[in-house]
Amino acid sequence: MRATRTLEVGTGLFVLLGFAALFFLTTQLPTSGLRLGGVSPGYRVTAEFDNVGDLRTGSPVTMAGVRIGEVEAISFDSQSYKAVASLRIDPQFDQIPDDSDASVQTQGLLGGKYIGIGPGGSDTYLADGGRIELTQSALVLENLVNRLFASLVSSDRDASDTEETSGDGEQ
Amino acid sequence: MSHPKREPLPIRALRSVGELALFFVRVLAHCVPALARPRLIVHQIYNAGARSLSIVMLSGLFVGMVLGLQGFDLLQRFGSEDALGIAAALSLLKELGPVVTALLFAGRAGTALTSEIGLMRATDQITAMQMMAVDAMRYVVVPRFLGGVVAMPLLVAMFNIVGLFGAQLVGVQLLGVDTGAFWSQMQGSVELNDVWEGIVKSGVFGLACSLIAVHSGYTAEPTAEGVGLATTRTVVASSVLVLLLDYVLTAFFL
Repeated sequence: MRATRTLEVGTGLFVLLGFAALFFLTTQLPTSGLRLGGVSPGYRVTAEFDNVGDLRTGSPVTMAGVRIGEVEAISFDSQSYKAVASLRIDPQFDQIPDDSDASVQTQGLLGGKYIGIGPGGSDTYLADGGRIELTQSALVLENLVNRLFASLVSSDRDASDTEETSGDGEQ
Repeated sequence: MSHPKREPLPIRALRSVGELALFFVRVLAHCVPALARPRLIVHQIYNAGARSLSIVMLSGLFVGMVLGLQGFDLLQRFGSEDALGIAAALSLLKELGPVVTALLFAGRAGTALTSEIGLMRATDQITAMQMMAVDAMRYVVVPRFLGGVVAMPLLVAMFNIVGLFGAQLVGVQLLGVDTGAFWSQMQGSVELNDVWEGIVKSGVFGLACSLIAVHSGYTAEPTAEGVGLATTRTVVASSVLVLLLDYVLTAFFL
């Protein structure tokens, strides 16, 4: 009887663990999954961006290249048409001047986006619920390329214009 | 069956495929009556699943750690180490988890099933059952088959979890990939479909491995040599079939 009992307990444990693993895989990994997990320590500040690019929740927040927190939520403000990123800063970094600036930057050429914070000069520090006023949006590669092409085309035109005018001058 | 060696190879191959298919139908037909004895199935889930757990988890850890190292080395060349989470999660969920677990399962649980049933036949236990009008399919073969089918997806899920942990261990703790980037990029790119693909694969592999294991045990020559040959056949046939099915299923899902 004892043998069957350990067998049943073992099987129960195995099946339970297996389903827990399946549950984790289906809910925690996919984009559409639920997110469990308690409230992490630290304080929260918000920053408004014109464009966050493909910044995601969980992307790092860094200062001088050192990770000091993460992006906790990204929402859209329908009044100002801006993206509002809610940042959770680790509690030990509590001396960030409140006129600091935040910018969306890219890790490497193809890497993910992160928020870099550049320190300001103010004597008062950011606190829980604070807001970073100075922000710089993500560099969208397509826009950049478009602008580059536009400027190339227009400079081409300028060049041919000047050639024509100079040719006119010679005549 | 009496003179298998005199038949030409194509006919023999055709016959063994047909035999396996017919056996599968017989097993399926006995599945519902076998559910009346859940305790037998529980016993087999324990044998096939719980007792393979340690080897599956240990292998998963090392596969994940290797994935962390190799993925990091590869992604570093493009300056996108943060995509390590995506690379590890997708390769584990879609390929390595189901395939490696199925190969381990064929070696660990499949051989045990084959030699057990083969020995029961060699020692005339199955004949004795038939003489007592006890259906050997129902009490011996089908519970073992169902146990394997249930155990496989659960083993794969645990392999994946441990593998992700291993990749995280090497990537984040050892090589310094950012934890947040590792998880957030992974969660940003893994779709529910990817997880689903892995689950379907593991279910099909569980079916194939268990079927081959019970079949080659049930049809083993009732001698010591015959049982040995049947065990070898289980490992070889399961491994080849798993890799073949893997290609078919991958092509289907893409």
